[in-house]
Amino acid sequence: MHTITFHVNGASQTVHVAATTTLLELLRDRLQLTGTKEGCGIGECGACTVLLDGAPVTSCLVLAVEVDGRSVETIEGEAKDGQLSALQQAFIDAGAVQCGFCTPGMIMSARGLLQRNPNPSDEEIVEAIAGNLCRCTGYEAVVDAIAAAARSSEAPRLLEDDDPAGGADA
Amino acid sequence: MRDLKYVGKGVSREDAVDKVSGAARYTHDLIVPGMLHAAIVRSPHASARIVSIETDAAEAVPGVRVILTGSGLCYQLGLYMQDKCILARDVVRYQGEAVVAVAADTLDIARAACRLIEVEYEPIDAVLDPQEAMKDGVHLVHPDLGLYEHMKGVFFPKAGTNIAHHQKIRKGDFDDAFANADVTLTAEFYNPPVQHAPMETHATIAQVLPGDRVELWTSSQSPYTVRHLMSVAFGLPHASIRVHVPYVGGGFGGKAGLGLEPLAYVLSKAADGRPVKVVATREEEFNTLPSRQGLHATIEIGCSNDGKIEALKSTYVWDAGAYADYGVNIGRAAAYSGAGPYSVPNCWIDSYVVYTNKIFGTAFRGFGHLEVLWGVERAIDQMARKLDMDPAEFRRLNLLKEGDETITGEAFTSGHGDPVGCLDAAAEAIGWGTPSARPSDASKVRGKGIAALHKAPAMPTYTSCAAVIKLDEDGGADVLISGVDYGQGTYTVLRQIAAEELRIPIERVHVTWDCDTAFSPYDWQTVASRFAYMGGNAVIEAAADCLRQIRETAGRALDVSPEKIVCEDAAAYAKGKPESRIPYEKLALGYTFPNGNSIGGPVIGHGRFIATGLTHLDPETGQGLPAQYWTYGAHAVEIEVDTETGEIELLKIATAIDAGKVLNPKLATGQVVGGVVQGLGSALWEGFQFDENGRFLNPSFTDYKIPTAKDLPRETEQIFLEAPQPDGPYGARGIAEHPMISVPSAIGNALYDALGIEFAELPLNVERVLLRILEERSGKG
Repeated sequence: MHTITFHVNGASQTVHVAATTTLLELLRDRLQLTGTKEGCGIGECGACTVLLDGAPVTSCLVLAVEVDGRSVETIEGEAKDGQLSALQQAFIDAGAVQCGFCTPGMIMSARGLLQRNPNPSDEEIVEAIAGNLCRCTGYEAVVDAIAAAARSSEAPRLLEDDDPAGGADA
Repeated sequence: MRDLKYVGKGVSREDAVDKVSGAARYTHDLIVPGMLHAAIVRSPHASARIVSIETDAAEAVPGVRVILTGSGLCYQLGLYMQDKCILARDVVRYQGEAVVAVAADTLDIARAACRLIEVEYEPIDAVLDPQEAMKDGVHLVHPDLGLYEHMKGVFFPKAGTNIAHHQKIRKGDFDDAFANADVTLTAEFYNPPVQHAPMETHATIAQVLPGDRVELWTSSQSPYTVRHLMSVAFGLPHASIRVHVPYVGGGFGGKAGLGLEPLAYVLSKAADGRPVKVVATREEEFNTLPSRQGLHATIEIGCSNDGKIEALKSTYVWDAGAYADYGVNIGRAAAYSGAGPYSVPNCWIDSYVVYTNKIFGTAFRGFGHLEVLWGVERAIDQMARKLDMDPAEFRRLNLLKEGDETITGEAFTSGHGDPVGCLDAAAEAIGWGTPSARPSDASKVRGKGIAALHKAPAMPTYTSCAAVIKLDEDGGADVLISGVDYGQGTYTVLRQIAAEELRIPIERVHVTWDCDTAFSPYDWQTVASRFAYMGGNAVIEAAADCLRQIRETAGRALDVSPEKIVCEDAAAYAKGKPESRIPYEKLALGYTFPNGNSIGGPVIGHGRFIATGLTHLDPETGQGLPAQYWTYGAHAVEIEVDTETGEIELLKIATAIDAGKVLNPKLATGQVVGGVVQGLGSALWEGFQFDENGRFLNPSFTDYKIPTAKDLPRETEQIFLEAPQPDGPYGARGIAEHPMISVPSAIGNALYDALGIEFAELPLNVERVLLRILEERSGKG
């Protein structure tokens, strides 16, 4: 077993994990942050996407021990002070949600994009969510939602608040 | 008619708030105290005798609580055809079939134990091709077919063969009409099996409780059907089975019948009532749980020189795979739709549902219609060219119109909708009749294609559902219903209808999300695009029942007769005296006079709806009334083909559907886009591949591609016609499955237009397209 300390949605966590435990298992089974979904468990569908130091990762392919000392953002951290983010609201307004199972991962991929590129083109949006499979929506409304969120008042805030280089990964 | 406040408006989904915030709980996310986790051992063979199963080593693993094999589980399961066991008994019938199940303290332990289980198999003959499987003397997938229970008078299994069902349609005199036709055509088509690929794989938790009761949490489209089939299979009274359905992460038909529920139940029972959770891995979702059936189609059409279809004959051979519980009904439904949305005076259809040693089939969005219309709509195009007619004009001439009859003898009326209007709208949207612009790249060519579509709900003649509306203390309302909103948006539409009918602000109306058979009233199944139609009618009636109770109480409170009470803006008042208004919150639990006397009581409304006038089809002719209603539509596409790579790009796809009434344009548009893109998957990429021994070669998203965001058409357009459905809620009819149907057909037709090459097999992937282009170039085509 390994002891790791990391931040989840801004709060520090210290946990003991096996070497084989994935970040997805740590989030869902241990911390019961079940907003992050498992669609395949082998990195093919994007449903388990979270941000690791600001960059989108498929959490089923990240070992829990790798996040020691790092920072993880999940869908549960997207709304602040009980207010949906502009991105979340844009998903609702654009009709970008159907069954909802891909939605958390889709939003986290979009969040990662907007943090490194607050004004993405449609092509850049498509590229950013190309690894997030959705079987319901046909993606059109998802692209619209992300574009709308980028246009909304949230974009300038992101520019000011976030490291344009895309996080503390380096 | 008063102005509509909510119905017909683009109201956002209430559930979307839960879904964007991660708060929506799916069966995957649930934990029941004391819960065990299950894993299964699957068959590596398509057809084999089980010689022995060695479980000692697995049993010795700490944390393993239960190991079950099929030999002790003498249950036959099925909705239409009871042909399946919970775990394979004596033989395995497809590669991927569940053979042994382990329940353990953790999933890791269960999986480790599975790896220690040794199953000895003796491979036996397999039959993989459904046409081969129909011949005499072949391996019988189910030697006991003649003994299986099935829905009598509707399905006709042939004992001693691999034919689970033979549906016949006989109308007029095909042979005579075909012999006398001016122009004839015979063509063959093929669709491979494909996967639903819901993002949430199947998941179930079962807990056996004292007194032979069971509680289930399951990712199902059909809580009441699960309850009923569990009752039949295990001999339990219905009331002792409680089924919860939380949020469901997509279904598309794959979660319509029984899934993992019986396995979770027998494991919990064997574990002395500890709850057991079974979650399908993605690989199991592909090759243990059911798929869409493959189809071989042979179609013959005879026409007069002036372009009237005189005769159509089809032979549909469905690749049911190892079990045909749902497949039999697809063979039936696709047969009575099997001539397309056309007037065909002389029609002969044989639809055979045939067992093979492959993954088995079930309902999939469109229920056989995408498959059948791949052939019919391609054949129609070919016939138009033989006649030297424009394909749209040929369709317009033959599409059903008032005074025509369907192939089962149903009179087509104005209430059926507007197939011709749909065709015209789709055609116009892509500039049908004007040639495509020249692509800038010399290796690319463009083409346009069109295809019509139709479908009716395939459901038993007695299909019914109910709705209950409870008024809250504050005058808001809760709607209870047991159809499942697994992404379609029906709950939002029902919420709009309830708010409209009750005259309550929509913010105060909620459709209770988790279905629970202990509280929510009956619904048959959430399939067949019939939930908004039937559920909508039930909600209208339930709301009327609430208003009746409100009027009665308000009438007594205001000392006027109930008919004189007007309900408006969440309040009741005496007609002409708005100042007498009593808000609903003062009526919802009963009304109290100033002196303390009280009348009325809690307002709870009940509404229901049942299919009416449907008949079984005549076993010999297929004549009868199978359809509660029909929905018609058309797609028109313009594509660009790269002749160097075989790649097809969709420049535009326009979809026109006669919805009767669009209840929510935002949701309807989203549903059409989603269905079109799913249809694109069937058209361009999706299909199971098997090796010569029946081994499934592509059970993953790496090897089986579904559309991604990068595969979007350059442009999509959604057009809704609104010729009202006479008995639909606000005139609406179902539209959920239809956007997917005939997408491959339209693309196949456009591909011919672009290349002058016929394609008969799906998918139209780059490999198939490029090889045919190269064949044509080298003169072998």
